[in-house]
Parts: sequence; C-alpha cells; structure tokens
Amino acid sequence: MLRRRLNRLLGVDERRVDSRTIYVGHRSSSTNEAFIPPKFCDNRIVSSKYTVWNFLPKNLFEQFRRIANFYFLIIFLVQVIVDTPTSPVTSGLPLFFVITVTAIKQGYEDWLRHKADNEVNKYPVTVLEQGRRIRKESEKIKVGDVVEVEEDVTFPCDLILLQSSRDDDTCFVTTASLDGESNHKTHYTVPDTEKDLETLNATIECEQPQPDLYKFVGRMHIYKNDQEPAVRSLGPENLLLKGATLKNTQRICGVAIYTGMETKMALNYQGKSQKRSAVEKSINAFLLVYLCILVSKALVCTTLKYVWQGKPGQDEPWYNEKTQREKDTNLYLKMFTDFLSFMVLFNFIIPVSMYVTVEMQKFLGSFFITWDKDFFDPEIKEGALVNTSDLNEELGQVEYVFTDKTGTLTQNNMEFIECCIDGFQYKYRDASSDLDGFCVTDGPLNKVQEKAGREKEELFLRALCLCHTVQVKESSEQGQGQRDQVDGFGLDGEVLPPLREQRGFIASSPDEVALVKGAMRFGFTFLGLESKNMKILTRNNDIEMYELLHVLNFDPVRRRMSVIVRSKSGDTLLFCKGADSSIFPRVRQEEVERIRMHVERNATEGYRTLCVAYKNLSAEDYAQADAGLMEARLALQDREQKLMAVYNQVETGMSLIGATAVEDRLQEEAAETMEALQGAGIKVWVLTGDKMETAKSTCYACRLFQRNTELLELTVRTLEDGGRRREERLHELLLEYHKKAVQDAPPVKSGVTRTWSSANQDYGFIIDGATLSMVLNSSSESNSSRYKNLFLQICQNCTSVLCCRMAPLQKAQIVKMVKNSKGSPITLSIGDGANDVSMILEAHVGIGIKGKEGRQAVRNSDYAIPKLKHLKKLLLAHGHLYYVRIAHLVQYFFYKNLCFILPQFLYQFFCGYSQQPLYDAAYLTMYNICFTSMPILAYSLLEQHICIEVLLDNAALYRDIAKNGMLRWRPFLYWTLLGVFHGLLFFFGVRFLFSNPALQDNGQVFGNWSYGTIVFTVLVFTVTLKLALDTRHWTWINHFVIWGSLLFYVFFSFFWGGIIWPFLKQQRLYFVFANMLSSVSAWLVIILLILLSLLPEILLVVFHKPRGPRQKLVQSNVGDHRSPRSAARPLLMRTFTDESNTVI
Amino acid sequence: MMATSYNAKDEDGRVTVCGPGGGPLLRGKKPENTALKQQRLAAWQPVLTAGTALPALFAVGLLFIPVGVGLFVTSNNIRELEIDYTGADASSPCFSCSQSFSWNSTRPCTCTVPFYLEQPYESNVYVYYGLSNFYQNHRRYVKSRDDGQLNGNEKSLTEPSKECEPYAYRDNEPIAPCGAIANSMFNDTLELFYNDPNGTKIQIPLNATGIAWWTDKHVKFGNPGGNDQNLSAAFQGTTRPVNWRRPVYELDSDRGNNGFVNEDFIVWMRTAALPTFRKLYRIIGKKDNVVPTLPRGNYTLEVVYNYPVRSFEGRKRVILSTISWMGGKNPFLGVAYIAVGAVCFFLGVVLLAMHHKCGNRNGDGDISN
Repeated sequence: MLRRRLNRLLGVDERRVDSRTIYVGHRSSSTNEAFIPPKFCDNRIVSSKYTVWNFLPKNLFEQFRRIANFYFLIIFLVQVIVDTPTSPVTSGLPLFFVITVTAIKQGYEDWLRHKADNEVNKYPVTVLEQGRRIRKESEKIKVGDVVEVEEDVTFPCDLILLQSSRDDDTCFVTTASLDGESNHKTHYTVPDTEKDLETLNATIECEQPQPDLYKFVGRMHIYKNDQEPAVRSLGPENLLLKGATLKNTQRICGVAIYTGMETKMALNYQGKSQKRSAVEKSINAFLLVYLCILVSKALVCTTLKYVWQGKPGQDEPWYNEKTQREKDTNLYLKMFTDFLSFMVLFNFIIPVSMYVTVEMQKFLGSFFITWDKDFFDPEIKEGALVNTSDLNEELGQVEYVFTDKTGTLTQNNMEFIECCIDGFQYKYRDASSDLDGFCVTDGPLNKVQEKAGREKEELFLRALCLCHTVQVKESSEQGQGQRDQVDGFGLDGEVLPPLREQRGFIASSPDEVALVKGAMRFGFTFLGLESKNMKILTRNNDIEMYELLHVLNFDPVRRRMSVIVRSKSGDTLLFCKGADSSIFPRVRQEEVERIRMHVERNATEGYRTLCVAYKNLSAEDYAQADAGLMEARLALQDREQKLMAVYNQVETGMSLIGATAVEDRLQEEAAETMEALQGAGIKVWVLTGDKMETAKSTCYACRLFQRNTELLELTVRTLEDGGRRREERLHELLLEYHKKAVQDAPPVKSGVTRTWSSANQDYGFIIDGATLSMVLNSSSESNSSRYKNLFLQICQNCTSVLCCRMAPLQKAQIVKMVKNSKGSPITLSIGDGANDVSMILEAHVGIGIKGKEGRQAVRNSDYAIPKLKHLKKLLLAHGHLYYVRIAHLVQYFFYKNLCFILPQFLYQFFCGYSQQPLYDAAYLTMYNICFTSMPILAYSLLEQHICIEVLLDNAALYRDIAKNGMLRWRPFLYWTLLGVFHGLLFFFGVRFLFSNPALQDNGQVFGNWSYGTIVFTVLVFTVTLKLALDTRHWTWINHFVIWGSLLFYVFFSFFWGGIIWPFLKQQRLYFVFANMLSSVSAWLVIILLILLSLLPEILLVVFHKPRGPRQKLVQSNVGDHRSPRSAARPLLMRTFTDESNTVI
Repeated sequence: MMATSYNAKDEDGRVTVCGPGGGPLLRGKKPENTALKQQRLAAWQPVLTAGTALPALFAVGLLFIPVGVGLFVTSNNIRELEIDYTGADASSPCFSCSQSFSWNSTRPCTCTVPFYLEQPYESNVYVYYGLSNFYQNHRRYVKSRDDGQLNGNEKSLTEPSKECEPYAYRDNEPIAPCGAIANSMFNDTLELFYNDPNGTKIQIPLNATGIAWWTDKHVKFGNPGGNDQNLSAAFQGTTRPVNWRRPVYELDSDRGNNGFVNEDFIVWMRTAALPTFRKLYRIIGKKDNVVPTLPRGNYTLEVVYNYPVRSFEGRKRVILSTISWMGGKNPFLGVAYIAVGAVCFFLGVVLLAMHHKCGNRNGDGDISN
C-alpha cells in the first residue's frame, strides 16, 4: 500500500504534477511510439484494517495504545516480573477478557468490511476489449478500460461517459448511496465522439484524484485519421462516480479514469473525528484523583514498612526468615519493588472493568434510541439512527442548540403562494382549500387578475417554466416504480385528472418544483426536455418549443441561476432567477422599487422570495457569451473562476419581471419543541442562510421570540442607520446592547438561566452574516477579541439568538466560538442539509434530520432523527436518563472499588506492611467481573429515576442535571467519602470481632482468610444493596441481577471453598465460607455492618425529600403554560398539525 | 432562500461517504412495540420516604436492642481467664526459662504458674494459647507452606514447593512439613493441675482432639500414603523442620492424630488474621452435670518452655474459657448491636417528631404507584 502510494507519488513527480493521461481502451495515440501504459492503482477497494496475518499484532498494538489498557498491561507485567502479593492472573484475567472482547468485536467488524469489500471487488463487470465483451471481476478493471454498465447497476469505478443507449446522449444517475440525493441526475456523453468505440482513438487528460464529488476538470483529445486532434472539455456532467447507480438508461459505456482507492467515493471515505463526551473527561479527572490516592497509599505503606522494619526483631524474626535471594537484594531495589508490590495490591482501585461496563452501557443503551417507536416517522418509514454511541449522555447536558431553519424548523415542503408581476400582486386563491379550481382541465385559470399587461404576465410565466433544472418524471416508462423515483414532492400525491398533470417533477431543490407547479396553476405547464428543446404548454394549449442553449448553474455565491434559450422565432432569451440581493443590482433600477416592496412584505410573512429577470440577447451578444462559456468550460485550470466571470458578465443589464413567494411550512410541533427546550434552560440559536425578515418571522412562529421579547438587532441595516462608519456604529451598538442585556439584567443564579415567569425582560438577538464577520474579523486585533467578548456576553444573556444570512462555514464558526467560550458549554447542532454539515461536525453533539435535502447531514451526524419534534424526547427523556445512568455508573464504580481496596490497605497496618492481600485471589479477580458488575450494568441501562412522561412534561427537570451536575467534585467527594466510610466500617467492624477469633460454638478459631471472607461478604452485600437503594425503577431484570448476583456470590463461595482445586498451590479458602456461615457471630456482624453502612444513606434520602417543591413547580407550569399558546397565536402558526390533510 | 435550497451543491468537500461498502440503513422497519424496547417494562418504583423509613427504623431499633442485650449478657456469662506466662518480668515464674532459652538445649525448661479460679467453670472449658506481636499474617510467612505436601502428595513430600524457601531443604533433604509456618509451630507443652484443698495435685485431663476444623483434618490434611500407614516409613527420606525437636511422625502417639493430621499442627497451620491471636490448644470435657468442669480453687499451670518470643517482643498467654453459641467472650457485638439499635430508635423518634411538626405538607411525597 505504502509502496504503491510512493510509486504513484514518484510517478507523478516524473510526469506532470497535477494531471494524468489516460489512453481510452489502451490504444496509444500514435502507433509509432512505443506505448507504455502508465501505472495506476487497481480497482480494489480496501476498507478493512486488518488481514488474517497482521490482525493479532496490529490489533493488540492499537488496543494497548489506549492509556487504560496500557496501565493494566504494565501492572500485569509488574506482577509477572516482581514477586507481588497477588498472582498475575488476578489482573491478567480481566485484562485478557477486555482485550479479547474488544478484539472479537473489532475482528467481526473488520470481517464485515472484508465481506463488503469482496462483494464490491468481485462484482462481475463487462469490459470491452478488442471488440469483444469480456466478463471480469470488478477489481481487475484498469484505468483506460472501456466498461459497459447496464441499468440499475452501480458503477464499478469513476467513468467518463462515452456512449449511452439513449438517443439524446444522456444518461440518468442516482447518487443516493453517495450523498443521499435520490433524484435523478442527468449526465452527458462527451460530445461528438464516434459511435463506434472500437475505432475511437483518444486520450483523456484529467486532474489527479481529489475527493470533491462535484468537481472534475478534464480534457479529451480525439485522434482521427491524420486529422488535427479534436479537443473536448470534460466536466462533472461527464463523470459517472463509483457508487452511483444507472437509472432510466439501458446501458452506457465509459472509460475508467479513477479506480479503486483513487475513486472519489473511496477518497471521501474517512473516519469521523472522535468526539469525547464531558462524562469521559470527568472520568479521566476522577481517574487522576484515584491514581494519586493509589500512589500515595503505596508510598505510605512503603515508608511505614521500612520504619516498622527498623525496629529490632520485626524485619526478620526467627520464625520468618528471608530467603537468600531476598537478603542479597539491594535495599533501594527492594524498596522499589515493595512500592510496585503495593501498587499492584491496590491497583484494583482503578477498575479495568469500568471501561468495559461503560462501553457496554453506551453500546447497549444506544439501542433504546433506535428502538423508540416515538421516533418512527410513518412518512419516511424510518426511525432514529445512532451513528455513535459515545455521546448518549451528552444529550442530557446540552446548553446551546444551534438549529438550521430550512428543513429543520420548517418542513422544506414548498408551496407556491403568490407572485408579483410588474408590481402587481397575483395570488392564487383557494389553493389549499378548493381543489375544484385546479381541476379545470383545459387551460387558463381566470383567477389571475388582469392587472399587468398580458404580455408581461406570459413572459413571467414562461420564465418560470423555462428557468430551472427540473426534470419531468417520464410517466411513459411504466416499468419504473414511480413513487420512489420521484423525490416525494412532485405531484404524485395529488388527485388530479389524468395525463399531463400526473407527471412528477424531479429537482434537487423543492423551490424549483414549487415554482414550476405554480406556473402550471396559472396555465403554463412545463412538458419536459426533449433533445435540448424545452417544451411548454401555454395557456392557450399551444405547445411552444425553446432550444436550451446554456444553463448557468446555481451556486451559493451568486445566489442565482440562469438559462439561455432560443425561441421558435429565433430570439435568444436569458432568464434569470435568484435572491433579491443578487438580482436587484443587475437590473434596471427604476423597475426595482415596485417589486422590492412586495418582496419585503413577503419576506416578513415568512415566505421565501425569488426575483425573476430576463434579457433579450442580440446575436452578437449571444455569440460572445457562447464563446466565453465554451472557452471557460474547456479550461483545465481555474475553470470555476472563469465560468463565474463569464456568468457575471452575461447576467447584467436584465429587466426585472417579477417575484415569487413560496411558503415553507413550520415543522410539526416546532413551537412546542422550541418552548420545551427553552424551558429546559437550553438556549436556542437559529443559524440560517435565509433573509432576516423570513427568519425572524419563523422565530416568532416557533415562539423563540415572544411578543414581549425585546429584539436587539445587529445587522447591516442597523449599522447603516447612523450614517457613520460601520465600525463605529458597531462599537456603539455592541456597548449599548451589552449595557442593556448584561449589565442591567438582574444577576441570574448559576444553573438556572431563565425562569418561567416573564418578570425579567427577555431579549432576542439578531445578527447577520456580514456583521458577524465584522465582529469576528475586526480590523484591529484588540477590537476583535473585545467585540467577540461583548457579542458573546450579549448572546449568553439573550433567550434566543437569530443569525441570518450565514454561510455554512460561519455557522461552524459560531458554534466553535460558543463552544470555546467561558465554561465551555455543551453545544448541539441540528440540521438537515449539506450546509449544516460543518456545524454538525463542530458541535459537541450533531443531530441530522432525515429531511429532503439529501443525507449528508445524517451521515455526518452523531444521531439522526426523522423530525425536529423528536428532539424534545431525545434530549429531555433519553438524554436526561442516559446522563443520570452513566453518571451514577461512574460514581458507583469508583465508590465500589474504593471500599473494596480500602480494607486491604488498612490490613497492611496489621500484617507488618507485608503486602498480604486481605481477600483471596479469586475474590480479587471476580469482584469486578462477576459479583458486582451485572447490577450496575442493568441499572445503567434501565434506570428511570423519573419516568419518561414526567420528564417530557416538565422540561425544567432537565436543569437539575445541567452543567455535569452529577459528576462535579461535590458529588464525587460525597461518593468518595461514602466509600471511605464503608471501607473503614467493614475493616474495623471485623477487626473488633476478631479481637477474639474463637467465633465458632465449638471453640475453634478463624484465621486470616476467614477475616477476609467476612469483610468481602459484607462488601459485596453492602455495595449491591447500596445500588438497590438507589434504584428507583425495579424491573424484573433489576430484581434478577441484583438478587441473582448475591446468590451467585454465595454459591460461588461454597463451590470455590468446597473442592480441593488441583491447579491451586494453596487451598486457602477450603471450607472457609461454610465455616463462616456456621458461626452465629459472623452472621450477626455481617448483618450489623451492612445495616450500619446503609443507614446514613437511608437517612440522607429521607431527610432530603426532594420531590416536594418540584411537584409544585410542575403544577404551576401546567397551569400558565398552555394558556398563552392558544391566546396569542402568532400569524405564522400554520404548522402541519393545524391544517391537517391539506393537499399541497 | 436559495442558498439553503440548493445546498446539495454547495458542498465544501466535506462529504463523507459511509464506507465503500455502503452502510446498511434501517429503512422501513418500524421499531417493535415491546415493553423492553420502549423502556416501559413493568417496574416497581419504591420511593424512600419518612413514611417507609420510620417503621423500618423503629423495627431495627426494637430488634437490635434485645439482640444486643442478649449478646451482651451471653458474652458476660462466659468465663474467661488469661494467664501471661511469657516470663518477661523477673517476678514471673517463667523468667528464668525465658532468659536461658537456647535452641540447642537438650533439657527442657519447665516452669510452674499458679493461679486461682474465683468462679467455677460449669461447661466445657477450652484452653487456648495466645501469642502477641507474632505476625502469622506476614505475606512471606502466609505463603510459606505446601498444601500439596500437607495433603499427602508423595511428590510434594520429596520436592517441596519453592514457596517453602528457606525452609524447604535441610542438608539437601526435603523438610516435611516444609515452610516457615510449620517450622515455627508452637511447641510449648501446657499441663493443668487442680490443687485440691486437701493438698493433692490432680492433673486435669486435656483433650487434644476436636480442636481443628473437621474438613481440615479429614480432607485438606493427609499423611502420605494414608493415615494408617507406618508413618516413619512414609516420611522416609525427609527430615524434620529446623526448629522442631521431633520429626512430624512423632507428634502424637495416637495414630489418628499423628503426622500431618495432628490437630495441634493443623490448628497452627491456619494462619491467624492479626498479630495478636489465640489458638485452641485443648478441651477440658465436662464430666457430668453435678460437678463443675473446673471447680473454684487453686490451680497450677505447668509449662514446658520451648517457644521463644522475647526476640521479637512477643507475649505468650494461656486462656481458659467457656464457650457460648456465639463463640468466645467478646463484648463488641453486644455493645454494637445495642448502640446501633439505640441510634435507630433515636433517629426514628427524631424523624417522627419532624414529620409530625412539618405536617403532611406534601402528602407523603410518594409519586410512585
């Protein structure tokens, strides 16, 4: 692999750095030259990490890179090398268990990857070689091979489309498995290639592989007999990506240009960066504390040992002489090994099993999210998806939610509402209530009021019909399952008269479909694209044909797209549609004012607006534009920039004809969800690329802004108000807002960020992208950080923040800024589109919505849910429970190991600091693996200290655990003290009992192993019962594991002590347990100590009695919570639930 | 606006594709509506409240105090006498023995300790010897034994375990029983005489069996080749521990109590938990119901002083004790039970008062059903 890569690098160095040359069908351009086929990597996909041979060493190496595993390995090695009190088995066995389980899991995953790889690599493909069609395995495809692909087959490598079975030299492709877009994309063959691929003699020059799916630049040289080679430009529209599937086309032929690991799909395959949860950080901090405890214990014991040995007669009494070797050992070496021995003796305080249990808890626990039927959406027939189980508990810690607007707060389900032609408003009435008006089969709808000239109207409607990239779903092809091909927002759901209205539209953006459908309502129907001719049906039932000359694609920088068409009459027209801000500067200014009013009004009402403009191109204008476009498209380098320049040049001097308004409905229960989040003390920030007015109205609709919320605006408009320099104004405004929101606001108690009563003034903050970049990248360095601070402080004191006109990267910037602010709050990003990916990756927790805009967000998220409303349960119920569970798990684990090891530590004071273990090796090993592991695992999976319904009804409960409330130092100290108390009690309780070791009724005495067994029995019972006391939710599983593991302990002890084990050197526990049970005193002391240890716990619970005030709160909330909802329904409360069953 | 609607195209190269194989998506499968998967398992939701804790506290109090009193009384009724015969003080009868101790002396040193029993010991009397500052629980000591050898394993007999070092071989002959524990076996001989008021000195018969755990004697310990063998032959080829005066097969004349199954030996081999400990030495069986086992009066303890403890500042004791159902005398349990019971009861009263005072403000605060 490395060598191959090295070779490639060297090869690249020898030839040209940034491009590769491919000989189509391995035919060299000139027969005279010796043809040396260039070396490229083969078409094998390797996603697996291991092979059979390197699995063991590589996997072990990777596992021991984890610091905890390494620590236990060291302990194990110390035990093997040094003469230590416990046998290496005691720590080796758990470590072996952990390593084996992990290795099996990883091995299984890798086996699955191997299988998937093989499936892809061994897939049979057809390759054209010397005129014959040869079946090959996919992995044997070489760069330059001509590959034939049939319908519904996935492309085996990245291909340049040479030939299609369709007449119009196109083919359709769906990239669902690449980026999740299920619509059909059109790809074109290289123009003017020969029909006979046998004789095609061509080379392709293209860039070296790069991961961007949507970028490709190349050039094809076609050699014909003795003619000058013809050159064709190649772009993404000629490139068929591995992983995409051929649709609607019988077969295509293409030449392989990137193979195997160099395909764009393989280059895009990368592990997501590891996110670590706050709980994990707490664990590490606690570990450090326990490591200190461990080291100090060992140090204390070592020191005391040598002090004690200094007294005469103690070190080596006559009855206990040292071996010769011990006598010979150097004193300092002895001290060191003693220290190590103590470390080994006490090392159980850092439990290896905790990692296993935490991993298991996270892994198993995440199933509850996938299993939750409340997350199941019947529309898309999917439930929630968990991409990582590492962050379950983080869902209970969220302080900031960053949400996208389109598709997240709103449905991204567009409906054409109205348009404005030449300043007159046209509204399609009864659109949602009355279907009859729609059913008039022939032609024009007279509801279009004749205000503007008919000519203008028709021009506008033609523009709507022509200026798009929508495809018509061909209803003639019966073989296709129609529903699943259409993106879901075509017309397929509607009850319409037969024939043309039944056609579905396919587009990558729902806006376009809405517009085309809008035009259809007004009588202009787009019939489809036939060999570069767009057919439209006009109001008068005439079919008009327009030749599609160029499509100037949409891009987010220009924020507009255009088409150039030629009408039958020979006029060349350019239609352009785009955001007002990008259209207005490019049209005649006198036209703007009339329309601007409408656009702004529409935006305030929460509609998405687009402006439409056109331009009549003269012949020479067009010739110039055509040449420019051609040239730019052929360019190998900087094609994008060149294209952009031509686009900008062409799209000038247009005349504005109108604007459209499209409504995007709110998601179901969007407002309720947002309200619940705010009630939970979570601050919601809306980050959107949309216009301020639109976004603001959505915020009102979602009740992020209430009526009494005072809005603090920091936008380009407010900055320009003062008429002064923007910087100064920014400074001034920031200070003013800061004074208002931060200094004058009453100090809020930590933890409770916003009270339910609206006694305090609520602030909402609005900022736009341009201003944000001013704040973040201020001219002077000192100002920058100061502004940033002011900005953050203002934002933190506002209930909600709206950031509009954001670029995707700015979204991530905001998240990062908040994430790194004081107190490092936990952030959550939720979004559905590719533009949210950056913020999803940036935030602590990324949530993807399985929306309409492809699956990038879902792929990159940590959790994916079908709808926004599911966020409420995900955070308030699942997150809360997971957090409580894991926090308790962690604290309990440290506690139980502390009171496990403390008696062993104390015992050193009574055994001459000789590292004599108190417990038998079997108990030492089994304590964490068997006796006490299952109850806590069951608890950490099933516990519901408050039941789910109550959690959902009372968002405020979420605040109880805010800021890592259960894993702060105070609770940690409490648990530690509890562990110390229990440890002391266990040891000294038994110590006093053993002041007379004659404990049996026949006068016989107990020895040291009985001592340890009594302590251990008390320990196991107390620790388990302590958990039982904490359990608030006793399912049969809890009962089973708690009582089961206690029973198991008893049975195991009998069993372990009941047999002379031939493999043991010493039969230490032989009948110790049975004898212990025969002693009444032992029973009595066990009962006494268990009860005494649990007594403070019981008292604490009783005295605390936390339920009282909370219940009051619950009741009062229910009261005043519902009323404003119905009373003050804002204008835009048109959620899906309100107008159920409306047909779009 | 369009910026968001077209974003499938405004990728910033961050597309991650789920593995070349393509990740499986759970599509179209509605989650099962089972109680476990929906986290709706029937559950008992106990909430600890004053209402539930109060009766429990009173119950514990009412239960523990009588048990504690019972334990305390039982412990107090046990008769126990401790006689320190270390001979550390010059006034002690064993002073000379302790001073003149030498490993090589052939003539045993004997000392006589007189004592007076103020109360008659009615039931069986158990004779213990006690050692102080003797670290039987030292790690080096605890592990210095070979349980295979003690079980009668022939191979271990001739090849004692490494753990026994430095008490495994003597002059290249394997030691049986090997190890530090066996080597340091307590070897003072204690005899008890009753000084009858009429002047005669009656030796009290001491029973040397029944002092070790039954399972130890019959399963864990065993002589090589079985207990009925000629032991001196069975131990052929081994040598006695360094500090022993007799070989192991001469510990007792009784065949069933000789060799590794000698009960004194077995008792010694059960290492004590703490540096101050006692071990059962002999049992004085009760004769009949009329005469007390040990009547009130003067007694003499005759000690054959073989066991040196002065080198590590240890003490040696003899303890005469009767036994109850709870074992030997130990007031700890009784006191602890009374204390815990009292505390529970007291807390119960405090809680009841508080509960009463605050009233049922929140009902009983029980939201479970």
